[in-house]
Amino acid sequence: MIAALLAERCTGCNACVEQCPTRVFEPGGPGGVPVIAAPDACQTCYLCELACPVDALWVNPDAHDATAPPLADLLASGQVGRVKRDHGWDAPLDAGQLDAYRLLGPLLGEGVEIADRHYHRLIAAR
Amino acid sequence: MSTAPLTLRADVLVIGGGMAAAWAALAAAEAGAAVIVVDKGAMGTSGVTATGGPGHWFVPPEGRAAALERQVARTQGLAEAAWMERVMDLTWRHLPTIAPWYPFGSDGQGGRYIQGVRGPEYMRALRRMCVGAGIAVLDHHPALELLADGDGAVVGARGLALGSGEDWEIRAGATILATGGCAFRSGLIGSHTQTGDGLLMAAEAGALLSGMEFSISWSLSPAWASTRTLPFTAARFFREDGSELAIPSLKAGHAHYQALGAALLQGTVLADLSAAPAGLPAVLRQIQPLTVAAFERRGIDLFRQRFPVRLFGEGTIRGTGGIALADADCGTGVPGLYAAGDAATRELVAGAISGGGAVNSAWALASGRIAGAAAAHYGAAKGGRAGPARALGKAGLRPRGSARPVATAPLQQTIEHAIHGLDRALWRRASTLAASLHELDEAWRAVADHGLAADPRGRVELRATAAMAATARWCTAAAAERRETRGIAVRTDLPATDPAQARRLLVGGLDKVWTRPAAPALRGLEAVL
Repeated sequence: MIAALLAERCTGCNACVEQCPTRVFEPGGPGGVPVIAAPDACQTCYLCELACPVDALWVNPDAHDATAPPLADLLASGQVGRVKRDHGWDAPLDAGQLDAYRLLGPLLGEGVEIADRHYHRLIAAR
Repeated sequence: MSTAPLTLRADVLVIGGGMAAAWAALAAAEAGAAVIVVDKGAMGTSGVTATGGPGHWFVPPEGRAAALERQVARTQGLAEAAWMERVMDLTWRHLPTIAPWYPFGSDGQGGRYIQGVRGPEYMRALRRMCVGAGIAVLDHHPALELLADGDGAVVGARGLALGSGEDWEIRAGATILATGGCAFRSGLIGSHTQTGDGLLMAAEAGALLSGMEFSISWSLSPAWASTRTLPFTAARFFREDGSELAIPSLKAGHAHYQALGAALLQGTVLADLSAAPAGLPAVLRQIQPLTVAAFERRGIDLFRQRFPVRLFGEGTIRGTGGIALADADCGTGVPGLYAAGDAATRELVAGAISGGGAVNSAWALASGRIAGAAAAHYGAAKGGRAGPARALGKAGLRPRGSARPVATAPLQQTIEHAIHGLDRALWRRASTLAASLHELDEAWRAVADHGLAADPRGRVELRATAAMAATARWCTAAAAERRETRGIAVRTDLPATDPAQARRLLVGGLDKVWTRPAAPALRGLEAVL
């Protein structure tokens, strides 16, 4: 659940207001910091972190937990802005950020085969 | 409803903001139509595609005959080869057109890998394409009800703007419902806004539903939040005391989920990913950054530490049912009203099975393009006229009895349990389906008889609750009526497949729900009210 809006970084651009798929944020007034107005509608999708141009948002990975660590700990964790960097969100389209993506299907399938072999071994042993 | 202060006109109105909505809007605009998109969320982040990673059924022409043969064999007699050919053709031609806006990666052989795309980047690209095509995209503008003229043709919709709280009315020559499936607020990532709104609006206009018994699917995730499932397919499962559970693999389909469900009903189930594919840990972050975040931010090494899991219901999203299509244009049988993507029944290409991600995404793209082109043709002739129109919304907007506050949260819990409760969903049988239907009828009456909300968010939420109740009743009634096991419609009390029931089931009705077998051909379907 959305848990931290770093006011000292926020520029009041309202990109989170505009892009949140469940309208969790509302504008905070001219040039102001947006307000987390509807936290119960948050679906823990992290897309506001991708939308924020200055890495001022942090989503708690627990869908029902709106608490955040103290600011210093949060910044030290390296997690603020991390998913945007991992996505290569602001990189040029030819930067190769999806060069591993073709492996998704084969890895899914390989995992199923591993689980299937394991299950049959487990059953045979019982 | 008060007089709508914001009034607009278009040739084509698209309701929804996910991939089917975007492809529908693009096809309509390319055909010359003036297009408005209204989305409950925001096009680009709305819906399950935006948080997902949709593979597409992306088959070169020389591979189509074999792909068709395989898919026809899997769909248990309910799909149609002609639709499969159209879907493969449209997907093959149009998916590569996102290239100027999407960072296609390498296929490892010097080319681009096209068939699988990552959700956030894909939906960002589709939004940019829509805006570039001159389509008016109104985010956070949920539609609440359709409008019809004196002949019953749909001529637009009404809704409200979440930002201002103001009502809007849009008159359109044709309207496309691309509102997605319904996950019944299960917590499935990306599905919060997918509450069956389009299905309810379609039914109020006289459209029918089909395939609603094929309505349950699942994804496994950590207990604290729904994620993508890539890391979990090789999981081993343990009880808290360290004893291992024997869970058949995903190859076992329903039996896999039944075994997990039985264990979850008894207590905590821990997943152990230590046997995951050797190549996975190094690339997981590159493929699914958000899945990594769900663990890293809790200080959990997902490949070394066991963690509790849950099953998240996917309702009609990965399930197949939706608005019945009456013709080859994705028309609903109601003049001026079209349906696309998860909002429409996917039986035409997926039959009795889910279809899997690849067929489902191809369906969303292709049905969007088909509906968009047809709606442009129809809508340009009709135009967005300003003549008299009736507002069609009932439950949640215009109570049949005395209006009073209705608490939506407990009703939503009742609805979600009736559909996704592990004890109900994984062991469907006549007695539990009857119990679910009884509970759902009560939830429906609570909203339809008394529900009225004043504030904008309350109105949207009440209407969503009505839509979830309606959708759940159609799912449950159809599951009760299909007296056999076919595909993902599994009946514990009727485990055999009955060749005599190899036909689609239509379901409809609001105050009273009914079912009947579909005629073999989809044309000439009469509206039954």
